[in-house]
Amino acid sequence: MRIGVFVCWCGSNIGGVVDVPRVAARAAHLPYVAHSVDYKYTCSEPGQNMIVDAIQKHNLDRVVVASCSPRLHETTFRKTIARAGLNPYLLEMVNIREQCSWVHSKEPDQATAKAIDLVRMAVAKAARLEPLSEGSITVTKKAMVIGGGIAGIQAALDIADAGHKVILVEREPTIGGKMVMLDKTFPTLDCSACISTPKMVAVAQHPNIELLTYAEVTEVSGYIGNFSVTVKQKARYVDHSRCTGCGTCWEKCPQKVSSEFNQHIGIRKAIYIPFPQAVPNKPCIDAANCRRLNGKKCGVCAKVCAAGAINYEQQDEYRQVKVGAIVMATGYDLFDWTQAYGEYGYGKIPNIITGLQFERLVNASGPTGGKITRPSDGKEPQNVVFIKCVGSRDEAKGKAYCSRACCMYTAKHAHQVLEKIPGSRVFVFYMDVRAPGKAYEEFYQRTVNEGARYIRGRVSKISRKGDKLLVKGADTLLGCQVEIEADLVVLATAMVPSRGSREIARTVGFTVDQDGFFQEAHPKLRPVETNTAGIFLAGVCQGPKDIPDTVAQASAAAVKVCALLYKQEIATNPMIAEVNESKCQGCLLCRDVCPFQAIETKTIPNNAHDQAKTQTVAHVNSGLCQGCGCCTSSCRSGAINLKGFSNEQIVSAIKACLCEDNFAELVRKVRKR
Amino acid sequence: MRYAYFPGCCDHTSGREYDISTRALCHALDVELVEIPGWSCCGSTPGHSTSHLLGIALAARNLALVAEMGLDCTASCAACYQRLAMANVEMQNDPRLCEKINWITGKTYHGGVKVKSIVEIIAELNPEQIISRLVKPLENLKIAVYYGCLMVRPKAVQVDDPENPLVMDHLLEAVGAKTVDWGSKTECCGASLAISNDDVVLKLTSKILADAARAGADCIATGCPLCHFNLDMRQKKINQVFGTDYQLPVFYFTQLIGLAIGLTPDNLSFNTHFIDTSKVLELVG
Amino acid sequence: MSVAFNLTNSLKDNFGFINNVSKESGQPVEQCYQCGKCTAGCPVAFAMDYPPHRVLRMVQLGLKENVLRSQAIWLCAGCSTCTSRCPRNVDLAQVMDCLRSLAKREGVPLDDRARDVSLFYDCFLNTVEDNGKLYELGMMLNYNLKTRQLFKNANTGLAMLTRNKIKFLPAKTKNRRDVAMIFQRVRELEGKAR
Ligand SMILES: Cc1cc2nc3c(=O)[nH]c(=O)nc-3n(C[C@H](O)[C@H](O)[C@H](O)COP(=O)(O)OP(=O)(O)OC[C@H]3O[C@@H](n4cnc5c(N)ncnc54)[C@H](O)[C@@H]3O)c2cc1C
Ligand code: SF4
Ligand code: SF4
Ligand code: SF4
Ligand code: SF4
Ligand code: SF4
Repeated sequence: MRIGVFVCWCGSNIGGVVDVPRVAARAAHLPYVAHSVDYKYTCSEPGQNMIVDAIQKHNLDRVVVASCSPRLHETTFRKTIARAGLNPYLLEMVNIREQCSWVHSKEPDQATAKAIDLVRMAVAKAARLEPLSEGSITVTKKAMVIGGGIAGIQAALDIADAGHKVILVEREPTIGGKMVMLDKTFPTLDCSACISTPKMVAVAQHPNIELLTYAEVTEVSGYIGNFSVTVKQKARYVDHSRCTGCGTCWEKCPQKVSSEFNQHIGIRKAIYIPFPQAVPNKPCIDAANCRRLNGKKCGVCAKVCAAGAINYEQQDEYRQVKVGAIVMATGYDLFDWTQAYGEYGYGKIPNIITGLQFERLVNASGPTGGKITRPSDGKEPQNVVFIKCVGSRDEAKGKAYCSRACCMYTAKHAHQVLEKIPGSRVFVFYMDVRAPGKAYEEFYQRTVNEGARYIRGRVSKISRKGDKLLVKGADTLLGCQVEIEADLVVLATAMVPSRGSREIARTVGFTVDQDGFFQEAHPKLRPVETNTAGIFLAGVCQGPKDIPDTVAQASAAAVKVCALLYKQEIATNPMIAEVNESKCQGCLLCRDVCPFQAIETKTIPNNAHDQAKTQTVAHVNSGLCQGCGCCTSSCRSGAINLKGFSNEQIVSAIKACLCEDNFAELVRKVRKR
Repeated sequence: MRYAYFPGCCDHTSGREYDISTRALCHALDVELVEIPGWSCCGSTPGHSTSHLLGIALAARNLALVAEMGLDCTASCAACYQRLAMANVEMQNDPRLCEKINWITGKTYHGGVKVKSIVEIIAELNPEQIISRLVKPLENLKIAVYYGCLMVRPKAVQVDDPENPLVMDHLLEAVGAKTVDWGSKTECCGASLAISNDDVVLKLTSKILADAARAGADCIATGCPLCHFNLDMRQKKINQVFGTDYQLPVFYFTQLIGLAIGLTPDNLSFNTHFIDTSKVLELVG
Repeated sequence: MSVAFNLTNSLKDNFGFINNVSKESGQPVEQCYQCGKCTAGCPVAFAMDYPPHRVLRMVQLGLKENVLRSQAIWLCAGCSTCTSRCPRNVDLAQVMDCLRSLAKREGVPLDDRARDVSLFYDCFLNTVEDNGKLYELGMMLNYNLKTRQLFKNANTGLAMLTRNKIKFLPAKTKNRRDVAMIFQRVRELEGKAR
């Protein structure tokens, strides 16, 4: 066996702290090492060529590269050694940047000592590496998009336009999400419905898109290229194949219900379409509120429907579909400030509304026809207070993060008040104005120039004062308390993951971050992928953002999906678990711990002579296994191993770290405990 | 039910109505209060305001005495409650501080005592215990229930929500009274500045009275002798300084519940108030 | 407007002070992002020379002299309104406590309202040290003497008397020497800590 070691300076990133030549020199003396050098930028073209030459010249059969994180360059160096004719999996990487020079930048000696230890471990492991080869699986050429806001719409249209089939699943009766609720959009102030409803219609008419509204995903199994998804079509009690969308039913329905689409300012009927341009433009019955479905007398809608479309007996239906990729686009909800902000009255004081409620008030198709009025008495407010960062940037009550869009939409709202209510006064309480987009700062300045008073400080309390609201805040620039008698207060509340998003993440099988937003595979380099292959992210479900960023991310996710669906088959990661059937006792502890449901059972003859006697053993589904290794550490009989990280390989690395005698000592200690 | 009772230093002076009515009410409701033998000042605001150690040690001495009694502890005064409860929390959370304090007090206390406000104790009773004794429902009475700061802040010792506490409202509603929805429930009356900077305190208290009056209250109910002192005794001066004419009697919640279950005004010390209480007695009938 | 603060010096010289405040109060003062919510809700901010959020800012920047001599730290009524609403979980009331006790231990000269508050606290605690309990009348007389306003609150006194709310003799704790010892030992510890 002949191992080559290449220790990288990463410019001064590693070389500035770790004594790189010394590490290389020490490595040269390790068992099996036939060649050891250091190099400025190993990942560069000449650096890679150097490795190829060294392999050929020194006849190397294993390679250790001590440099940055394998997440960054493992693929690079695998390709490099493959060029030289080696199996790409005969490579071992040592991260002496993140794990040595960066974290121990103040202790160069210890950093160097640690680098030497890590290299010694890697060499020991490399000596036990086995060549591995990739398998392949076929790809189902169809995608699913979950969530029909602007993110889901854009992703579905892009994938469909590229020629692939898409199923778009939306749990509400219409697609459109939050964007269609908005009046105008910053910074250009174009009408939100005018630019989003054409896209909604395009979705409904696209030959490649199958639209499932009022539907939810209840189960997902399978793996990249081969997902099997169960979709529940909730009963609408209206047969859409008969319904003509004439509207008689919702006109005549006697049951009024507070309208979700209008953010509970305004009403709808029990049979309804959420708003006039809804897609699909056919109603459904809200079973929780319909008189007839709750055992009372009614049935008006059925009587008036000329098409005979009403069907009170309709049931939820489940169907299974196969798709090759999934895009998550489940968006957001607004933080429920009424549960947290007692100092703002816990939602019991009238005329304190959220930004989304304001959008409905100012919207020409909203409940007031676009006139900004106070919900309590319909009067036009003269003094309007906006409070930013409510629930955002507030660890004590809400979330630590910034919601990113509210600075801009508050500037938009302030502008709209000043424009629609001549003579009105607008006060915006802020801590920072975050306007880092194209034409954003200019937009904010324009609002200031129009007369919005920006007051730097948080509001401490809102109380009633007659029919007005007494807003007590501070102007930290002035160093004073300030009070405003307001007619209307608008809170820019935080964006939080939409209701049920943790559950849907679990169902589909990927992780969420500490705030419950969907976790991307890498914050910078893989922002639209999840850690589960074949599942992609778009829009606010991944983190707060505005429409331009949402649309960009949706298109990016679509490209990733297309890249996958264009392939006939895809290579699988060979570094997955493997069961040694002769050792497996069939206890299936591994199945319980596997986060990806990759362990299946298999029946094998337990006697070579008597085929009738059988036993159950664990079996790894190579499509599902992500190589996390949980199973291997749970197996008591040591029957399950992770290829590329076998027990033998890891133990040899540990032994190299501790040297043999230390190791024996440690084992004794652990046993005692 | 038995509790070690910490009466607080103004039990016989400025806060006498509270001590008297607390004892009377608890007696009537079969809650036994055992005065802590040898209790001393909790340190109040001056203690913790000028020395962290002193503040905790003065309270801790009393906690050590309670521990010897083998009972849980209650205080009527909100300030005493807050100081005892805070010292308890801090000592339980920080063993090193605990050692230091034990050296200072010359006693050994390592936590273990539960400190409850008298408000909590009454609120935890089975409501039937009060309702079954109801003889004079406070039906015509509209009360602004005032909690002040000490009972609801800071979080570690809060008796109820710091922005909209309801525990005393519910108690008074249970005996028939109406409580008003008002904005100054937990605004500070400035008690610790009462002697040194009374102009500041007059401003704060006048706002509280104005708010209660605006909400249409017939009287104010509280659970803190400092608040009581500032709102009752100072009301006359407030009227002088601000040209107002408030006549809002200020009661301890224990007095009002006591009245409702048939204790006599004399037994509840109605006659030592500064603002005439007869109006309220008439309303109740 | 005051002269420019030399931040290089104040951060260098008073680094220990900043750390000390953080440690003694148990509050990470850097965490404050100066939103002003504390000031907005503070009942006595109107009477302060520096509003509460500025008090904290002065600590962050090591402006020790200014903050320890401020009126604000003594005017703080300890109501914890700031604490309960702070979005950054800074217990400003604790910081105020800590600053007062530092000012006291360092013997910072006080004037005006601050002096009166501090005197009142002293008079209060003196009676506790002597009797084990607060002796209201003794405290008032002493306070009036020290602030040279002999008849301040005399009306109140009279009204209190008629309602049997004044006791001429102090109530005393049984083992009041225990309490005196507490004062003694705290002084000893705090003297050492300096
Ligand atoms: C008051 C306000 C004003 C704004 N103004 C602007 C502006 O002027 N300009 C701008 O650029 N941005 C603005 N924004 C931001 C903008 O709303 C978002 O960037 C954008 O709507 C995000 O789209 P989305 O598709 O990611 O999420 P959403 O619009 O929330 O869409 C998510 C969709 O997924 C569905 N869904 C959720 N869970 C499931 C599930 N389990 N199964 C099926 N479907 C599901 C939901 O029903 C919804 O239809 C504003 C935001 C607010 C709050
Ligand atoms: S009346 Fe019938 S056809 Fe018309 S919208 Fe309603 S369900 Fe559809
Ligand atoms: S049956 Fe239900 S949906 Fe139909 S009209 Fe009556 S209440 Fe409305
Ligand atoms: S975008 Fe602006 S308003 Fe929204 S959380 Fe961030 S800073 Fe606050
Ligand atoms: S409320 Fe908290 S974060 Fe805001 S200025 Fe005050 S101490 Fe700082
Ligand atoms: S604790 Fe002090 S600083 Fe904080 S709000 Fe109360 S008085 Fe103001």
